[in-house]
Amino acid sequence: MNLPKPSRRVVVLLAVLVPLIGAFLWLALTSGPLAAVPVTLTTVEMRPVTPTLFGVGTVEARYTYRIGPTFAGRVRRVEVQVGDRVEAGQLLGEMDPVDLDDRVAAADAALHGAESGVVAARAQVGDAQARRDFAGAQVARYEQLLLSRTASEDTAEAKRQEAQVAEAGLALAVANLESAEQDLVRVRAEREALVQQRANLRLIAPVDALVVSRDAEPGSTVVAGQSVVEVIDPSRLWIDVRFDQLGAGALRADLGARIALRSLPLDTLPGEVLRIEPRADAVTEEFRAKIAFSTLPEPLPRLGELAEVTVALEPLEPAPALPNAALQRRDGQLGVWVLDDAGPRFVAVETGARDLEGWVQIRDGLASGDRVILHSRVPLRPGRRIEIVEQIPGLPR
Amino acid sequence: MISLAGRDILHAWGKFVFTGVGLGLLIGVTLSMAGIYRGMVDDAEVLLDNSGADLWAVQKDTLGPYAEPSTLADDLYRGILTLPGVARAANVTYLTMQVRPVAPNQAAPNQTGVQAGSPAGDEAARERRAMIVGVVPGGFGEPGQPPFLVAGRHLTRGHYEAVADVTTGFRLGEQVRIRRNLYTIVGLTRRAVSSGGDPMVYIPLKDAQEAQFLKDNDAIIAQRRRTAANPVFNRPGQPEVLDAVLSAQTQSSSVNAILVRLEPGANADEVAADIRRWKHLTVYTRAEMNEILQAKLIATSARQIFMFLVILSVVSAAIVAFIIYTLTLGKIREIAVLKLIGTRNRTIAGMILQQALGLGVIGFVVGKTVATLWAPIFPKYVLLLPGDAARGFLVVVIICVLASLVAIRAALRVDPAEAIGG
Repeated sequence: MNLPKPSRRVVVLLAVLVPLIGAFLWLALTSGPLAAVPVTLTTVEMRPVTPTLFGVGTVEARYTYRIGPTFAGRVRRVEVQVGDRVEAGQLLGEMDPVDLDDRVAAADAALHGAESGVVAARAQVGDAQARRDFAGAQVARYEQLLLSRTASEDTAEAKRQEAQVAEAGLALAVANLESAEQDLVRVRAEREALVQQRANLRLIAPVDALVVSRDAEPGSTVVAGQSVVEVIDPSRLWIDVRFDQLGAGALRADLGARIALRSLPLDTLPGEVLRIEPRADAVTEEFRAKIAFSTLPEPLPRLGELAEVTVALEPLEPAPALPNAALQRRDGQLGVWVLDDAGPRFVAVETGARDLEGWVQIRDGLASGDRVILHSRVPLRPGRRIEIVEQIPGLPR
Repeated sequence: MISLAGRDILHAWGKFVFTGVGLGLLIGVTLSMAGIYRGMVDDAEVLLDNSGADLWAVQKDTLGPYAEPSTLADDLYRGILTLPGVARAANVTYLTMQVRPVAPNQAAPNQTGVQAGSPAGDEAARERRAMIVGVVPGGFGEPGQPPFLVAGRHLTRGHYEAVADVTTGFRLGEQVRIRRNLYTIVGLTRRAVSSGGDPMVYIPLKDAQEAQFLKDNDAIIAQRRRTAANPVFNRPGQPEVLDAVLSAQTQSSSVNAILVRLEPGANADEVAADIRRWKHLTVYTRAEMNEILQAKLIATSARQIFMFLVILSVVSAAIVAFIIYTLTLGKIREIAVLKLIGTRNRTIAGMILQQALGLGVIGFVVGKTVATLWAPIFPKYVLLLPGDAARGFLVVVIICVLASLVAIRAALRVDPAEAIGG
């Protein structure tokens, strides 16, 4: 067998076949179950984990005043527009008094009448007093005349009787005066009540406030208790925020909070937890809390605007911690893949506190400095070959 | 001894290799088709694996949550948690919809500090159809959570974070819009797909409930107006009634399923029977759910692919056989010469068989290589199982042997006189 002659053809054939076989073997080793799994590593770090709560809420006014009439009626005028700032005591609007003004006028007239009645009664008292005094004087005189026998007993008796009548007339006049005076008080009180009712139709701002809604226009009728104008105290805005009950046990009043309004997602505003509502939401499994702004932003946040609130709880003592991406569940056990010389090994761990950046404290199972697999391209199995990379290949960039 | 087959191959190596490559491409298509079928089945299985559940509690008398719509009150899971044998129970929602990344200038800065550096304007092109999965945040390894990540971290906040499958093409730190809210991608996972092959995007449960049951703003406003126009709800003198009705209309406290994980050693069928009997829900075990997905949800499309695979295999086998047969018949004159010079039948048969096997091996290697190379380009998952490859190799070898037997029979019957022009 002479090698040189067929070698050219053999070489050409091999030049075609060898790369083909090579590509086949390379693919078998890099893409099948024999391939090494690219993984990224992390190490268990000693670090303080600051558990943080994240909640979503809405901006609300702490004090809302719904100003409306106390009985049904028609709106006569509304003096303010939405967005107006009003002062305490300022007139916001007025209800239609219907016949109330006329009734006040009638009451005025009745008052005058009652006052005149008192004057008349007083005059009558004076008249009766004069009559009584005269009758008394007559009796005294006729008593004298009777003693001197210049008047008859009959005449004296008649004078006595006249004096008694005058006395009774005086008592009647005094009683009349009292009655007239009482009547005056009654009429005055009645008028006063009407004036009060009239004043009650005026809608007055209870505090320095901001008008947030104008619910009824002049001419429309409203029922008792329905609001015509709604005002809020603009210096007292808070956020009614809801935190998932999961992990919210350490939420306390006075903790600092960062508020991001939906309209200004770039700015975070400082705030603090004002109170945690004693009543949790049983349906949504959330705690409700009130977050106050440290300083109110200008312009004011809109009522009902969505706000994201982040509350940092007390930082914990430094302890071994891991990014949560390293944790996996295998056969019902939570654990991590630890890398040692023999390859990846699943170690069950017990986790502790966690924060919003994804750090989880490891209470048991790992020590600080252990090398742990963070990300892997496919789920790992014991004994699987791995390849440590900076970043799992194939991620969108 | 000189290898007759080798000599013959060397004599016309180009024809031989290119025939092999051609066969290989055909085998590659067949293997890919098998991979597409396997991928389809695997998509359904991986959906069950990813949910991490042993039992699925769904609305009574439905095949939910994957094969049929199912709606449950979101507080039912508490009752299930109290049953013996149940280790974990978690609400989950599924909703398939379009998800679009948001241009960075419209979005808030993200927590991870990764800047999405895409040129503005390609966001619309990167819109993807995805299955939105609402999971209870904070509990990694809980039922429903992505089982592993390839980048980033799990959900920690109760709102506005998302973990996406890499095939969505979303980048870490990028913001995507789902309904009216923006979600920051904080983690990426792989092989998280729906049974239809749509990539999954995991978001916190409360957001998902809102996304699923909340209408768009225009619809809400129209609904408010409609309600306000209805005198039954908007009664004169009772303005509070309207507010109450409107507030009731926008609430959503439903989920699609409750994923139940059992305690080690618990009997799935017994716990399922308990839930059925006492909670009045329909419950599926892993095997039943697999049956629903395989036999009901993807059955027709999988069978379609499978039929095509069968036909393709038969056609490929026929073509391989014909090629080997014609290749041999093309050399009938040379075989006649060999017979004329007294070559033994065994040697001739060996030559034909070796050539056929050589062709088959080259074809298989080329086929497996190209199938592996072009598998990642497919939009849906193509799963090339080593077992399938081994079976394919075996089938190729058998077909080559059978085809060569036919060819050998033809070659041995040839009259040596033909060599000298008879």
